[in-house]
Amino acid sequence: MTPSTTFQRPRRIARLGTVFVDIIVRPSGAIGLTLVIAHLVLALIAPFVVPYDFTEMNATLVMAPPSSLHLLGTDHLGRDTLARTLMGGREAILVTGIATPLAVMWGGLVGIFFGLAGGKLDEVLMRIVDAFLSLPWILKMLVLIVTFGTGIEVLIPTLAFFYGIPVIRIARAATHDVVARDFVQAARARGHSKITIIRQELLPNVRDALLVEGAMRWSWMLLAFSSLSFLGFGVSPPTPDWGLMIADARGFMSFSPLGVLAPMVGLSSLIIGINLTADALAKALGIDRAQKAPV
Amino acid sequence: MTHSTMPTGPVISVDNLSIGFRGKAGHMLPVLRNISLDVHQGESIGLVGESGSGKSTLALAMMGYLKTGLRVLNGDVSFEGQKMFSQNRATLESIRGGRLALIPQNSGQSLTPTLRIGAQIQEALKLHSAQPSETFGARVIELLSQVRLPDPASIVERFPHELSGGQQQRVAIAMALAGEPEALLLDEPTTGLDVTTQAHILELLRDLARDTGMAMVYVSHDLGAIARVCDRVAVMYAGEVALEGSARQVLRDPSHPYARGLLASIPKLSDICLPRALDGRPPTPGGAGQGCAFVSRCAIASDVCSRSRPDLALQPSGARSRCHHVDKVHEIPLFGDREVGKRALSDETSLSLKDLAISYVRPSLWSKLAGREDTSVATVEGINFALRRGETLGLVGESGSGKSTILKTIAGLLPPLSGEVAAHGGAPLPSKVEKRDSTELRQIQMIFQNPDESLNPRQTIGQILAQPLTLYFGLSGQALTEKTIQLLDQVRLGGHYIDRLPSQLSGGEKQRVAVARAFAAEPDLVLCDEITSALDVSVQAAVLELLDDLRRQKNTSYVFVSHDLAVVRALSDRVAVLYQGRLCEIGPTRAVYGATSHPYTEVLLGAVLEPDPDFTPELSASDVVELAPPTQGCPFQRRCPKRIGNICDTVAPPIRESGNGHMIWCHIEEL
Repeated sequence: MTPSTTFQRPRRIARLGTVFVDIIVRPSGAIGLTLVIAHLVLALIAPFVVPYDFTEMNATLVMAPPSSLHLLGTDHLGRDTLARTLMGGREAILVTGIATPLAVMWGGLVGIFFGLAGGKLDEVLMRIVDAFLSLPWILKMLVLIVTFGTGIEVLIPTLAFFYGIPVIRIARAATHDVVARDFVQAARARGHSKITIIRQELLPNVRDALLVEGAMRWSWMLLAFSSLSFLGFGVSPPTPDWGLMIADARGFMSFSPLGVLAPMVGLSSLIIGINLTADALAKALGIDRAQKAPV
Repeated sequence: MTHSTMPTGPVISVDNLSIGFRGKAGHMLPVLRNISLDVHQGESIGLVGESGSGKSTLALAMMGYLKTGLRVLNGDVSFEGQKMFSQNRATLESIRGGRLALIPQNSGQSLTPTLRIGAQIQEALKLHSAQPSETFGARVIELLSQVRLPDPASIVERFPHELSGGQQQRVAIAMALAGEPEALLLDEPTTGLDVTTQAHILELLRDLARDTGMAMVYVSHDLGAIARVCDRVAVMYAGEVALEGSARQVLRDPSHPYARGLLASIPKLSDICLPRALDGRPPTPGGAGQGCAFVSRCAIASDVCSRSRPDLALQPSGARSRCHHVDKVHEIPLFGDREVGKRALSDETSLSLKDLAISYVRPSLWSKLAGREDTSVATVEGINFALRRGETLGLVGESGSGKSTILKTIAGLLPPLSGEVAAHGGAPLPSKVEKRDSTELRQIQMIFQNPDESLNPRQTIGQILAQPLTLYFGLSGQALTEKTIQLLDQVRLGGHYIDRLPSQLSGGEKQRVAVARAFAAEPDLVLCDEITSALDVSVQAAVLELLDDLRRQKNTSYVFVSHDLAVVRALSDRVAVLYQGRLCEIGPTRAVYGATSHPYTEVLLGAVLEPDPDFTPELSASDVVELAPPTQGCPFQRRCPKRIGNICDTVAPPIRESGNGHMIWCHIEEL
């Protein structure tokens, strides 16, 4: 029962194209996407362009101010701040880059299921979700990380699990909206199977909300990852990480501010970039888009 | 009328006004073009036109207000001599709402849900009344009585959600009257209300205009409402005034082809033929070219019409018409000529409902266990009727009468409390759609009210039509594409629509797609749920024509639900009248609309408006909205103007039969 592929494919590509154009014509989208892409490219090429090895210490040049040799100075162990800042995003982007799609997928599926189930079951399950959401996230994560260790293989599932829970809310709400609409009723009346209704009627309409939510979750997750590193539960030294760098350098902030400032700029520019892109994406996909008057 | 303070000039004067927005290509696209219109004191002028004609934009411009993105290209509007578009904000604010008031379409949404009615009206008084604030309490009561709300003292204490739609609209009118305005702008004030409620509101507006002497601008797509309220009418088309004149000149024998086409496309109770459709669609803003805006749809257009734009010229009759061929315009008929009903119906049964009862209340598990008896009154009860193959049954009644509920049950979307639905005189269908087999599903198709809701915005027209074709006939590839194009041709859309999205189609085109989707299943029975109520009249006429064509070709039966009695009359062979989920009357269309009918049918028919300035509706019952049916007796007992006594409250009415299947549920013996 697959719909004809002859006129499905071209449309999908065309739609992606128009959404992309819609994002980059907005100032927020243009700035945000540039920031995100710049970060991704830098993270990829960083090992080949950094002027120094990020572990290389120099006991004679500790906490040096910027110079022609060390453009952003050095840290308390005499390591080059620029090299460490450029390398500092790699681990965070990798971990969150894998955990975000996982979170959106499981949260989305569960949310859609809740939304479809409706009634008492949905009520009860959502209260459990609410209870989970009411706990401070850092506590919940620390419990798991302390129990299972701090490796990448623990961090990714942990982040994906906890950041999938708010996605449930969004997916459920979007599902509720769509299910009540007449085109789903029409599909039911025609006698389509549940699977077909979910695939053809529901998913295309919930997908947009999930995409935007995914982008937002990504930025939250980055912040969480950096916070964990800051507390010493994320990346293990000597691997550079923005959160860890800030933790290391904050004691010397008064006389060597660049040690804190450089990783902060790195982290916040990426998060701002993601947020701006998510905003533009939401507007480009906007719910009213489908109902826009034919002009 | 109070002529004591008659000012010399018009109250509102629109002078050569053009309004537009900047299009994607960069040039200004006009939505209003060279509008000149004066509104005098004590006069009510109607602005009619279809969606997109610019009538609401013009009404808002009269307040000096433009929607975001719109700009005045030339001309101006003056209110009592003050040029509105050159006033500063403070002056405009003092005029708007006070001396120049607006009543919007959906007043229920414009009232603050958390404020009591009294407080909301007091707020309007604080802003716009010169009286001392101690008098406000009394003034609120006075205003509420002026709009004829029963028991104003208790209404003051209520919240908006405790009032019915009609009552909310009356409160909105009272708020507009708070500043004792010199002019009142009404933007579709009765759209969305039930026929009887609408008729009552219109009578109120008529009386207010007469008693207060204020000028009224009444914006509506409904020529019947305009005819009831307005002295003068301006017909708008593509941002222009196409015709302007007295209500009689415009509605009786209009001297503009568009106005004639519009009039002919309105279903009328007095006319047994299908209304005449107006083909084509109006030009988009900026797309009108250098000629007449109506040229592509006009039956009498000639070369000159596409070359030069006609002026709004004064006719000998006193009306102003924007047409090159006013002398030939009377060739265009004002009525439809296609008679329905003349079809051979087979004796085969297509659908039969037996003792159907439906309730939205589900007894909870607890009360079931406790053995508690269900005391709630079913939403729909005692529905019995059968439909022959090829026959059309109209279901009429006000909102809340259970019309759509019955359709949902037939479609299997809402299982009944008791009773059964059977097709082809066979065994009863499973009550849940999931339990029906492929043939049973295919034979019954449903078309929904609003195509924006019933077509998935993410699917192309091709994908939408492919769904029933693959589901029921397993079509794919070339065969599927061919069949899809054939369906599109059948509803007069053409194969090039296949790759478009619903958002790229007009309302009428979307509803055609929905019709095509229903007919793709080759059904025996199509359930039509208010399918024309979201459409413009000219588009509605085209959809009705399409439905008539299709049932002639395919011998399909329809259950046609509508609140519009004239539409139902145009299409139906038989009509059933519902009140509070109970049948009041059922029979052949002619008989139901004829001399003997149920008191409720009489009330409904009396409230129907005709696009005729000399037509007076007969208002017999109150427009109180009931939320639940009475537990015993006649469902209409509380509103019936012909109540005969206690028996109506206690005993269920007997069926009075008068041959050829005409049945009336009423205690009155003479029926």
